[in-house]
Amino acid sequence: MNEQIRRTLSVLVDNEAGVLSRVARLFSGKGYNIESLAVGTTDDPAVSRITIEVVTLEDQANLLCNQLRKLVCVHSVKILVPEHAIRRELVLIKVFCSAAEKRNEILQIANIFRASIIDVSKSSITLAVIGDETKTTAIEGLLSEFGILELVRTGTVALERGLYTIDEQTKEKGEFDYGKNVLREGL
Amino acid sequence: MEMTGARILMECLLEQGVDTIFGYPGGTILNVYDEMYNYGEKVRHILTAHEQGACHAADGYARSTGKVGVCFATSGPGSTNLVTGIATAYLDSSPIVCITCNVSTDLIGKDSFQEVDITGVTMPITKCNFLVRSIEELADVVREAFAIARSGRPGPVLIDIPKNITAQKTEFVSLPRKEHGGTGRLGELMKRATLDFKPAKPDENDIEKLVQMFKESRKPMLICGGGVVRARAQEEMEALADRMDAPVAITVMGGGGFHGRNPLTTGMIGMHGSQASNMAVDACDLLVAIGCRFSDRVALKPDSFARNAKIVQIDIDRSEINKNVRTDHHIVGDARQVLRALLDRLPDQMYHPEWKQYVFSFKTETEYDEVQGRLTPWQVLSCVARILPQDTIVSTDVGQHQMWAIQHFHFDYPGQLLTSGGFGTMGFGLGAAIGAQVSHPDKCVVHITGDGSFRMNLNELATEQYYQLPIIHVVFNNGTLGMVRQWQTLIYNKHYSQTTLDRAPDFVKLADAFGLSGKRVTNEAELECALHEALSCGHGYIIDCAIDMDEMVRPMVGGGSHITQFMIN
Repeated sequence: MNEQIRRTLSVLVDNEAGVLSRVARLFSGKGYNIESLAVGTTDDPAVSRITIEVVTLEDQANLLCNQLRKLVCVHSVKILVPEHAIRRELVLIKVFCSAAEKRNEILQIANIFRASIIDVSKSSITLAVIGDETKTTAIEGLLSEFGILELVRTGTVALERGLYTIDEQTKEKGEFDYGKNVLREGL
Repeated sequence: MEMTGARILMECLLEQGVDTIFGYPGGTILNVYDEMYNYGEKVRHILTAHEQGACHAADGYARSTGKVGVCFATSGPGSTNLVTGIATAYLDSSPIVCITCNVSTDLIGKDSFQEVDITGVTMPITKCNFLVRSIEELADVVREAFAIARSGRPGPVLIDIPKNITAQKTEFVSLPRKEHGGTGRLGELMKRATLDFKPAKPDENDIEKLVQMFKESRKPMLICGGGVVRARAQEEMEALADRMDAPVAITVMGGGGFHGRNPLTTGMIGMHGSQASNMAVDACDLLVAIGCRFSDRVALKPDSFARNAKIVQIDIDRSEINKNVRTDHHIVGDARQVLRALLDRLPDQMYHPEWKQYVFSFKTETEYDEVQGRLTPWQVLSCVARILPQDTIVSTDVGQHQMWAIQHFHFDYPGQLLTSGGFGTMGFGLGAAIGAQVSHPDKCVVHITGDGSFRMNLNELATEQYYQLPIIHVVFNNGTLGMVRQWQTLIYNKHYSQTTLDRAPDFVKLADAFGLSGKRVTNEAELECALHEALSCGHGYIIDCAIDMDEMVRPMVGGGSHITQFMIN
């Protein structure tokens, strides 16, 4: 289990200035490259959810989580296991295409991948495709033959399957929140 | 009542029971200093020579009293001068609140005069920091900052207040500290924490498991770390050691957490640890580390550290568990609470005579040779220990003198030893001594230093003189950066690159220039005489002790080596 693989961390944070920088700093300070990052508010406008992907060992990922939990701006952290999580990414791909038959081919590929065409010009087509990286990499490979002019990814967002949420089972006997709980003691 | 930001800040400090502020004024913090004019009777301000000195003094105040230390600085260079002090406090988990003022909000981000993004700069070295964005949140932020600094694993917090906010006005109602948790941001934070609120007391099953481990152990060993000192848990620590009949090794940060004269202590552990400590940790079958994070100066080689033992880590910070050394069991909690819970469950008196006999067959203290005709470091320390009162607060700088002092002195209570263990800040000692002497006017404070460390921040002698602080400085003057020289001797083929300090000042003349007294001593008799003079003179006193430059700290285990592979004995 303890191997260098891409791991997904989901983090609930205060929606405030400087919070992303605090979270990102924790990764850069340890020499990690953030492979993917997606940030946005949740159903509670005061709370944002950050989904971060890094390539790391399991024990290092746990260490990162523990250190993230120490930040006052962090509400909860969870490592999302691929088998129990759905991960999606939106990719916009602008493909070069000047001939009609090429356009048909691209449309067929788009259909197979359930990608939507969001912009067409005389010599380009822009597609939007949603999926995990196996799907987006596959369509990227196919479209590269036509000549990709530009490509942009939103970064992976992920949720757990079923009823589970980030606020459950995140605690190991409640101890992760220790530093915050004892604020009461500090008063 | 409507008040200015500056006044709200001062009122908030009073809410927290702050009686002393260490600081240095400047352009952007002028409103606060102007308001301080009206608070002179309630809060004492110590004006240092440099902001770094103020930060170390606040740290020394915090470590010696257990309360939160406070320091003030202006924007730009004033705030960046705090950085080393903040990092020192962060690495040693010392609770301080640094308050800096920044340029006005309309000037922020324009590279204005003396502007720096100090919250950005200090992000990695504070528990939390705040840039106050409006006058309305000022009181909330100050209350939150103090709560964060002192709660859980203590640490530094910085508040940056733009100048215009210190002049703006808003309604402020003073609240007793106990009620802070029910209001504002702190209230929100508490609510959030209570979502999964579990009592701060340690888990019972965890305690029970450790009790079983103690019962099964034939060769138990304890490590007393800085967490015991921060939690002021020396009584519990001693009760545990006595009942388990287990030897106790003390880390640098743990000095004062366990009685240095208790027959169960094996002395210091780690790179310059005693033979008894290092051999015992290698041979024990159960190692219980309390408030210790197994730094690379203790667990020099994590893979083989305590290789025959089940390792149990008791720490208040979850993120320290399994960080440096893989543990077999852990309990997250405040050292005092965990030890109390443990003592309630542990069986009656246990006995491990054979194990103790083995451990204490090794030396618990380094025996240094007596040398005729010159002053040796251990002569100096024995003399200091003999002549100064037993409860003297000892502050040190960093280097050979630090290790000698910690090896040699027997600390009796938490807060007696002030030393920069984690960050290793040369120049920490003088500021820390000022903080300790200000908060303990009736106690003797001795500053053990080396010529290299002393030179780094000796501008604070002016502070010491002005506030008539009778600190005794014992300078181990060997004319070299002794610890670096020791490494150069042992590891770098005696290439003494840039470590020889054959240069000014003359510390005795320097004492005179600062309005203090001083004496250079070359033998024990002169030293005794100087110490008596220092005790009776009522002001600061520098004792310049001439030490040979080739004295070494012994024993020594090389960095990354197995803990019993002594490079020198």
